[in-house]
Amino acid sequence: MDGADVGRAVRRIAHEIVEHNRGTANLVVVGIHTRGVPLAERLAVALAEAEAPVPVGELDITLYRDDLERRPTTRVGTTRMPSSIDDRVVVLVDDVLFTGRTVRAALDALADLGRPRRVELAVLVDRGHRELPIRADYVGKNLPTAGRERVSVHLAEIDGEDAVLIGEAG
Amino acid sequence: MHHLLDISDLDRAELESLLDDSDGFVEVLARPIPKVPALRGKTITTAFFEASTRTRLSFERAAKALSADTMTFSPGTSSLSKGESLKDTVLTLQAMGSNLLVVRHQAVGAARRVSEWLSIPVVNGGDGAHQHPTQALLDALTVRRRFGRIEGLQVAIVGDIRHSRVARSDLQAFSTLGARVTLVAPRTLLPVTTNGWKVEVSSTLDEVLPEADVVYLLRVQTERGGASVFPSLPEYVSRFGMTRERRARLKPGAVVMHPGPMNRGVEIADEVADDPDALVLEQVSMGVAVRMAVLFRLLGGEIDG
Repeated sequence: MDGADVGRAVRRIAHEIVEHNRGTANLVVVGIHTRGVPLAERLAVALAEAEAPVPVGELDITLYRDDLERRPTTRVGTTRMPSSIDDRVVVLVDDVLFTGRTVRAALDALADLGRPRRVELAVLVDRGHRELPIRADYVGKNLPTAGRERVSVHLAEIDGEDAVLIGEAG
Repeated sequence: MHHLLDISDLDRAELESLLDDSDGFVEVLARPIPKVPALRGKTITTAFFEASTRTRLSFERAAKALSADTMTFSPGTSSLSKGESLKDTVLTLQAMGSNLLVVRHQAVGAARRVSEWLSIPVVNGGDGAHQHPTQALLDALTVRRRFGRIEGLQVAIVGDIRHSRVARSDLQAFSTLGARVTLVAPRTLLPVTTNGWKVEVSSTLDEVLPEADVVYLLRVQTERGGASVFPSLPEYVSRFGMTRERRARLKPGAVVMHPGPMNRGVEIADEVADDPDALVLEQVSMGVAVRMAVLFRLLGGEIDG
C-alpha cells in the first residue's frame, strides 16, 4: 500500500463507521499507541468530512501487556480520553491486527477507564495469525502473510511517509 | 537500571525518562479505577529499620496500584529483637519470594550493602543522612508539573542541610536537571564541605528569597541532633523560618515545598503550610506516581537476571 491507498482506506473506513452506526452521534475514536494515534486523528478528519466531528482519544497499553517480561525496558506513554467513555461507542484504532494480544490489552485498559456501550475495532492492515478470539469491524486491507514475515506500517506523522511494507524477519 | 540507591547514579536523561513515566502514572492515579495490572504476580517488600509514615505507605500504595502484592517488615515486631543480623533478615525476605526490596535504614550505605547481598532489585528508601532518591524524584516531578520545566529555576533549600538526606538527594537531582540550587542554613547546619556540589551557599534567607522560584524547607531534625546546633528555636524561626511575612516577599508564582513531617511554627508557619501555593500535599501525591515509575522501571520491562 502506498500513501494514496492508505488515504483511501481511511476514508472508506470512515464511511463504513458512519453507515454502521447510522451517523456519528455518541462516537469516540481512540488510537492505540504508537501508530494507532495518528490513524485515529486521520479517521476523525475523515469522519468530520463524511458526517460530523468526532472526539479523539489515545490509549497506551504498556501497563496491560501480557509479555512485559519478554520485552526490553518499556516506556509508559500517554493515555487521554476526550471525556467520559461511559455509554459511548468507542472505535479502537490500530495500524496492524496480528495476534490480537494488543487489542486484548486495549480492551482491559478501556474497561478501567469506563463502561462503553459498545467497542468496535478499526485497523489499517489485518495480517491474520490470531492467537485470541478477536476480529476487526473495519479493515483497510486484508494482507495474508506468513507468520515469520514482518509487516511495518509507516505513517507520515511518525515515519515521514505513508506506506505498508512486508519483509522477512531479520 | 537494576537498583535505585543514589540519585547521583542517574544522569539527566535517566532522570527525565523516569519523570516522563511518572506523568503517565499521575494520569493512571486520576482514573476512576486507579490500578493497572502491570506488576501482577510480583511481590514488593518494604523493610524499614527506621520510622516512616509517608514513604512506606507511599511505596505500598504505588505497589498496589501496579497490582503487585506487598509485604511489610517492621523491626519492632521481628526477630531483629532476637539479634538477627541485617544480612540474614534481608536474605530471608528474598527467600520468601520478594521480587524487590525497599530498604530504609539509619546507617549510611545500608541500601547499597543490601543490594550487594541480594539478587533482586533494591530501592533505597532513605539511608541515614545520605540519600533518599525517590524523595528527590517526587520533588522534581512536583516542580516540573508546576512550572513546566526545571531548567533555569532558582531553588533554595533551607534548613538543616547537614543532617538531611533529602537535601543531598534534592540538590543533586535539581542541579542535574538544570536548576540553580542555593543552600541556605546557619553555618552549624551546613555540611563540613560542599566541594564538588554544584550549589551556592548562603546564611541569609532574606537575601535569597526575592530570586527564588522554589523555597524548599527542611525539617528541623531534633532526632538527629538538630536542636543542639543552634541557640534556640525562636532564633531559628527569626532567621530561617518561612513566616507569613517572608512568604509575602516571594516573587509571584514562587512555591513553598516541604518533605514532611512539618514542624509547624518552626521551619514553616501555619498560614504558609495551609496556603494553596504550598505544595506539601501535592508532593505527597506525586510521590505515589514517582514510586510507581521506579517500581515499574525496575520490575516491569526487564528480563529477570
